[in-house]
Amino acid sequence: MSPDAPTTPHETPVVTEFLRERPDDSWTMAAAREHGHAYATLAKAFQMGPEQITSQVSDSVLRGKGGAGFGTGQKWSFLPKGVFPRYLCVNADEGEPCTFKDHMLIERDPHQLLEGIIIAAFAIQTDLAFVYVRGEFALGAQRLGQAIHDAYAAGFLGKNILGSGFDLDVVLHRGAGCYIAGDETGLLSSLEGERAMPRIKPPFPAAQGVYAAPTIVNNVETISTVPSIVERGADWYNAMGANRSTGTRIFSVSGHVERPGNYEVELAHTSFRDLIEGLAGGVRGGRKVGFFVPGGASSPWLMPEHLDAPLDMDYVQGELKSMLGSGAVMVFDETTDPLLVAWRLSKFFAHESCGKCTPCREGSSWIEKVLYRMAHGQGRADDLDLLLSFGNNIVPGLNAPFAQTTICALGPSIMSPVVSLERWFREPILERLRADEARREEAVA
Amino acid sequence: MSLTDADRQRAQQIIARYPYAKSALLPLLHLAQDRDGWVTPGAMEEVAALLGLTTAQVLGVCSFYTMLKREPVGRLVVSVCTNVSCLVNGGGELCEALKGQYAGDSDVFVEEVECIAHCDHAPAFQVNYDFHGPADAAGAADVIAQYQDRRLVARTVSGTAVEDVP
Ligand SMILES: Cc1cc2nc3c(=O)[nH]c(=O)nc-3n(C[C@H](O)[C@H](O)[C@H](O)COP(=O)(O)O)c2cc1C
Ligand code: SF4
Ligand code: FES
Repeated sequence: MSPDAPTTPHETPVVTEFLRERPDDSWTMAAAREHGHAYATLAKAFQMGPEQITSQVSDSVLRGKGGAGFGTGQKWSFLPKGVFPRYLCVNADEGEPCTFKDHMLIERDPHQLLEGIIIAAFAIQTDLAFVYVRGEFALGAQRLGQAIHDAYAAGFLGKNILGSGFDLDVVLHRGAGCYIAGDETGLLSSLEGERAMPRIKPPFPAAQGVYAAPTIVNNVETISTVPSIVERGADWYNAMGANRSTGTRIFSVSGHVERPGNYEVELAHTSFRDLIEGLAGGVRGGRKVGFFVPGGASSPWLMPEHLDAPLDMDYVQGELKSMLGSGAVMVFDETTDPLLVAWRLSKFFAHESCGKCTPCREGSSWIEKVLYRMAHGQGRADDLDLLLSFGNNIVPGLNAPFAQTTICALGPSIMSPVVSLERWFREPILERLRADEARREEAVA
Repeated sequence: MSLTDADRQRAQQIIARYPYAKSALLPLLHLAQDRDGWVTPGAMEEVAALLGLTTAQVLGVCSFYTMLKREPVGRLVVSVCTNVSCLVNGGGELCEALKGQYAGDSDVFVEEVECIAHCDHAPAFQVNYDFHGPADAAGAADVIAQYQDRRLVARTVSGTAVEDVP
């Protein structure tokens, strides 16, 4: 699809449909069962069998909604045949700055997630699933805990679910505060009772994950989408969107917009402008968009001239050298200092680097220090190039898609703000740095 | 001794959920913090003994995670976000003001945190992991006052609902 194809600013609620309809009790078992919302698809799934569910999910072109966008059905099919035990881990760590969709789903529609877990676990043939919930999500953990309890009581979890012969236990595991547990291998380390340090891949989790057993890690929104696909079919799902960006995604829009919030829209046929100016009401106070971050702190920034680009994962990656990542769209008005935003994001990465790889551990804190002085009137004329030379040790070549010298993708993510400054703001920054230096020299003289 | 008999019983139930006992480490540290308001050295020893780990292993994990406090923090933990969506909506000022206001208060611990995923309510903060915001310093102080005089029921400093503490 081309960027100038017509688009309309409207939502297409799939995973958010029920929680919008029942704002006062959508998380309760009674509400979830009342209109056949949750658990109604289980009988059909058990009848279909694991292979048919997996091929249904593959045919829908459902792609992971946690950040990397990997094909969900394809991931499931990577499990080594005949190797048991194996596990499902649902990633509810949601730490990517300005992403706030997954905790909405666990707080307000935990039964939809549980239904998805049961279907996914049956498809991959495991009898134990973990949900790793970010520690700070107290209400989410409480609501999901209650939902799990109620699902056991109603016979949707435990032994011989609905007489299918299929058994499943679900364990809610609360984190304790750290971003890097969101990386799938960091999550597995944390779940094993270790520091949440990522592990080198391969082996990928599907081959050797938690307890060195085959493990599927999927995001909350990904798994919450599975019941609808099984219920309505792959063709229904992939008729929405286009290319390899089918279906819908929830975008968390925040920053300087009039109506910050979560918006679920059809991929590819919706543009950034629809999302930012249409649904989120545009920038506050009649100001204009200065720049925006399209997919979480780890994604390179975009400019007002990109507002008409479609929300198509491959388009944003291929043409715009960025990514839709976690679906967090941060909007900054024209008065915002890009150096201040870059510094604050680099401070985040420096704080959250787990310390395992030297380029990430050392690089993140040096980049933070240099960006701090650049953003606070203490810059030196060659600081931007200094940052790029540090960065070259983390991301050799500094070209998108980023290469990496580190174990996980946090390392290269540190460079997204820096590369964005270089791409869009180089000249004004150099001017500012020269002025900072001149001012200091004057003060000395 | 910090864990009660009820806690120990709960601990055994938690351990039984996992294929390997060590996975129960974070849940047990939360349990200890629910009881004592922080993770005491004694609790680390007890948790180590329950899981067949050394105290050093427990400390090594405990010190990696920001929610696990290794010093007393008082009854209320106020976590103020200063990441970008909050930053451009006054999060930095909010954090500084609250840190100043409660500097001498041993019952209220104000900390600067990374994005807590409440950016559509920026500037956002949590009190014992319940979400609040948007608020300026006066508005936030009003919310904190409601927890102080118990018009609002605070969770434990680990974010557990009080009725769920054994
Ligand atoms: C540093 C880092 C942080 C991540 N944080 C999250 C997260 O909070 N939630 C999430 O679902 N995926 C996160 N991911 C992506 C996961 O590694 C993994 O790709 C994802 O959970 C797989 O699920 P999906 O295929 O359904 O998207 C993160 C990745 C990295 C490198
Ligand atoms: S890249 Fe950074 S966060 Fe990732 S494993 Fe290495 S040091 Fe840890
Ligand atoms: S940036 Fe403050 S809650 Fe997300």
